[in-house]
Amino acid sequence: MRPRLEARIGVSGAMVYVTPVLAVVLTMACGSVLFAALGHNPAAVLYAFFVQPISSAYGLAELTIKATPLVLCAIGLSFGFRANIWNIGAEGQLTLGAIAGGGLALWAGDDASVWFLPAMIIASLLGGAAWAAIPAYLKTRFNANEILTSLMLTYVAILLLSYLVHGPWKDPDGYSFPQSRMFADSVLLPLLTMGTRLHLGAPIALLLALAAWWVMARMFVGFQIKVVGLTPAAAGLAGFSVRRLTWITLLTGGALSGLAGLFEVAGPIGQLLPSISPGYGFTAIIVAFLGRLHPLGILLAGLLIALSYLGGETVQIELGLPLAVSGVFQGMLLFFLLASDVLVRYRIRWGRSVIVQEAG
Amino acid sequence: MADEGAPARLRLRGISKQFPGCLANDKVDLSLGQGEIHALLGENGAGKSTLVKIIYGVLKADSGALEWDGKAVAITSPSQARKLGIAMVFQHFSLFESMTVAENVALGLDDGANLDELSAKVGEIGRRYGLALQPERVVHDLSVGERQRVEIVRCLMQNPRLLIMDEPTSVLTPGEAEALFVTLRQLAAEGCTILYISHKLEEIRALCSRATVMRGGQVVANCDPRQETAHDLARLMIGEDFDQASKTAEASFGAARLRVQGLNMAAAAIHGTPISGLDLEVAAGEILGIAGVAGNGQNTLLAALSGEQLCAKAETICIEGQNAGDLGPRRRRRLGLAFVPEERLGHGAVPEMSLTDNALLTGYDRQDLLSRGSIMFARTRDYAQRIVQSFQVVTGGIGANAGSLSGGNLQKFIIGRELLQQPKVLVVAHPTWGVDAGAAAAIHTALLDLAHQGTAILVISQDLDELLQISDRIAVLSEGRLSEIMITAEADIGRIGLLMGGHGENGEAGQLDKQGEHHAAPA
Amino acid sequence: METLTAVLITVIGAATPLVFAATGELVAEKSGVLNLGVEGMMLLGAVAAFAVALTTGSATLGILAGAAAGAALALVFALLTLTLLANQVASGLALTIFGIGVSALIGRSFVGVPLQRLPQLDLPGISDLPILGPLLFSHDALVYLSILAIPATIWFLERSRAGLILRAIGENHQAAHALGHAVIKVRYLAVMFGGAMAGLGGAYLSLAYTPMWAENMTAGRGWIALALVVFATWRPGRLLLGAYLFGGITVAQLHIQGFGFDIPSQFLSMLPYLATIAVLVAISADGARARLNAPASLGRIFYPEA
Repeated sequence: MRPRLEARIGVSGAMVYVTPVLAVVLTMACGSVLFAALGHNPAAVLYAFFVQPISSAYGLAELTIKATPLVLCAIGLSFGFRANIWNIGAEGQLTLGAIAGGGLALWAGDDASVWFLPAMIIASLLGGAAWAAIPAYLKTRFNANEILTSLMLTYVAILLLSYLVHGPWKDPDGYSFPQSRMFADSVLLPLLTMGTRLHLGAPIALLLALAAWWVMARMFVGFQIKVVGLTPAAAGLAGFSVRRLTWITLLTGGALSGLAGLFEVAGPIGQLLPSISPGYGFTAIIVAFLGRLHPLGILLAGLLIALSYLGGETVQIELGLPLAVSGVFQGMLLFFLLASDVLVRYRIRWGRSVIVQEAG
Repeated sequence: MADEGAPARLRLRGISKQFPGCLANDKVDLSLGQGEIHALLGENGAGKSTLVKIIYGVLKADSGALEWDGKAVAITSPSQARKLGIAMVFQHFSLFESMTVAENVALGLDDGANLDELSAKVGEIGRRYGLALQPERVVHDLSVGERQRVEIVRCLMQNPRLLIMDEPTSVLTPGEAEALFVTLRQLAAEGCTILYISHKLEEIRALCSRATVMRGGQVVANCDPRQETAHDLARLMIGEDFDQASKTAEASFGAARLRVQGLNMAAAAIHGTPISGLDLEVAAGEILGIAGVAGNGQNTLLAALSGEQLCAKAETICIEGQNAGDLGPRRRRRLGLAFVPEERLGHGAVPEMSLTDNALLTGYDRQDLLSRGSIMFARTRDYAQRIVQSFQVVTGGIGANAGSLSGGNLQKFIIGRELLQQPKVLVVAHPTWGVDAGAAAAIHTALLDLAHQGTAILVISQDLDELLQISDRIAVLSEGRLSEIMITAEADIGRIGLLMGGHGENGEAGQLDKQGEHHAAPA
Repeated sequence: METLTAVLITVIGAATPLVFAATGELVAEKSGVLNLGVEGMMLLGAVAAFAVALTTGSATLGILAGAAAGAALALVFALLTLTLLANQVASGLALTIFGIGVSALIGRSFVGVPLQRLPQLDLPGISDLPILGPLLFSHDALVYLSILAIPATIWFLERSRAGLILRAIGENHQAAHALGHAVIKVRYLAVMFGGAMAGLGGAYLSLAYTPMWAENMTAGRGWIALALVVFATWRPGRLLLGAYLFGGITVAQLHIQGFGFDIPSQFLSMLPYLATIAVLVAISADGARARLNAPASLGRIFYPEA
């Protein structure tokens, strides 16, 4: 009996929630096999990867810190993905946000007023949005594929940051290390608890996730985004402008990614470095899908993926495995999620289907 | 021409096929004699297409048996069907637009013949059956009639012993259809069996010697169509007598509510037909019908009217006296336009969204469903509920996805959604295409009522009978040009047929020729 | 003249991985599948080729391993998108993320290990000709293979029956299915061919271009290969031209610094990426022309209609 797929009439409500859990379980199972093959005790690796990092209050705070930029980028991306706008340049927009906000912090100098922080936030929003405006313009004006343009701009943004910290913004007292001066304490994000690095960015990300939920569920613009993504022709009939929604989703995504960049440099990092993100902008793509492009789902997914970063660091320290383990876990997770998604839209039938007698 | 002694060329016994939510074929029996032209008759959704796909090996039956020349066979793929000698011309052509005629023919054959030899053979078959084609031309440059010829030639290349034709004339002008019948009769005389699928009664009576009638997935009758009246066949097909809505003669109409002047528009799609120099006016209370074979610029005209494609000049399109040519769909709707597109799922409705969301889709402004950027869900649900009730849409509720509705019910929902917006001008494309007779009658009645209340209605349809039944005036769209507009009650059917085939005389002279006196009706 | 010859030879080196990866992607896209995982497949190909060549000492085995690794990752993509009907864009992104991670994991013990460069195939006599000799006749086997792949692909797509069927499937998969062509099977093969070619591109990087392994050593070449397919409007001949144009830009960037222009290196390094954007804009702006040769079913999920 060969299994075959049969389209469901609607999507399965239960499967929408079951499949992410299934994907996580399958990833762990596959990860175990992989580590056993590499000669490690899978139980030890899984413990070090998934449990050890969050068995202390400090660990939980670190988890939240790592989840913050992921959630911010993923929410921005999810708007676009819903509308079939494939911005995959969040990493570049994050970098530009850090450059814009961080540049302002450097300009303000050591005795900056605390009022610079809000200005830096605005600058980072604008910086990220401006970087995303380029693919938006090229798509709406020239019909250029935003996947490729936004990605190419990511390389450009990282090179731009590299130029700045190697050149004009290099710390003169930094023993020629490629890094900027430290930001003034007054423009760093305030810490929330003593003894951890948890900063104001986390609650802001939470509030923005709730706001994003309101926009998608309640606002007409959210409805328009969904219609454009599902059925562009119906959006045209209803008079929703694809051009306008392309701009809205790309600018929102860029701005939120830019904010994420600022939260990194004005939070845990405190200065500009050649590398300010371990690929948060790319990983946010996984977060967005794992969270089902739903702001509240993204919150949970952000925490899980943040754990994969912490877990990667822990297994590196404890077991000497490379940091790339994080990427392997993240990639597998997305594979399994996409694979199990088939259960949402299709039913698996084994062999011949049963004939149901119906009237008419 | 059927040979009584020989075994049937193809015999089906007890074929059943289940789809999610619908039993498409229910223990179907069918027997096709050698060299006969056999009609498979039924409404849209009766299960005809499913049955022929099973014969051609595209679909697999859940149960039942097939016999070919008296021997049991299992047909598991189109390639196997072709080996037996079964060929099929699809309703929606299975042609490859960017490829040449020769390449398209080659793709329908199982052996990799040399393209040059193939071209020669295409020419030879073309001459023998009157199907002229140039093998090196690219398909997207061909007319609809020529495309069908490509399909038929592709089938004849294999010397078929059973040729299946799925709704072949739905895209043809009356003249082209007549030429097709000549070819089919010649084939049958040479011993080829033809299974002819249609819901057009007159052509089945003219062409076929036997008919199998399907309804709701079952065979309900076998008959000789030449012995039956069209009305009897219709009753067999539909299962009951039905009331047809009909037009009560309107004495006079009000002022023009929709006016189009000098519309020229390039096609939006790559292979679409542009519109040139189109003028029309629809008055309050009037229904203007636009007939024509699909692919003659209907899509371009619809996009221009809905505002999905904008005109260069605002005054080209005038709604309620206001220039609207440069306005998008949203602002045209505010002026009083409502619009029913050709494609229901994927244009008129979002399949994955609920009926409530689909009500919001076009009703948001005229039904006041928004408040400062937020959706007022209670009002939206109420609106969706009113559509469902007023138009008797059969559904699990307003939370059901549009994709879960049957074609007819979804069409009723979409038409209801537009009608409840109390439009000043309504543009409808193919209002009853693929809809069962009961729903079609309900839709026609609703359109006539709306016109009676003073709405100007423009109906674009391929179904000439429908237009003759409900429109006050009628015109034909052919190759992007609109013919003179005729008063329906006085119009000459033969003349309309010629116009559909692109054989009208030039427009200016024709404007005066409302009764088509200069043209003799063809046989 | 000698400098020019040397520069042109490096252009060939920079262009070859792009020719491989873009040709493979072109064939996959012609069958109607958009695989955005080229970068990931190239990386896996690069690390597999390097690891096998280093441990076995055989460059040939290394090349085969690179192709096999790329094809294996492509098989995962095919399984997701063709059998499990997952979104092609998301699956392609997942492939790249996974490929980056796995290649780094496999390659961690090879970082900084030197390897003998892939040998040149010198043709006795001809290779010694001035200018033309070194320019045309003294390259490694992969360079010749990449050049040969272009006429072979043109012949396959335009002249062979299998190529006709592949193009038909990319053009209209429902119609091809109705005529009895095996849509899924052909697409599996096309996607895996694309993966093998991307793997060869990666193998060229780690065995010949810079004979070593470094994390993320493709540096966006997989994405540039995707852009090249659009640039070439799905024509292999133009694709070759585009790859050499990009190779030229990459090399020019290195040489501008050599000529003593006082431009920060980062800005020069941006050139290939900015050029990609410029080219995309130029091609896409003329939408009608770009679409004419594009496979009409590209990126659409095939589910046989009821």
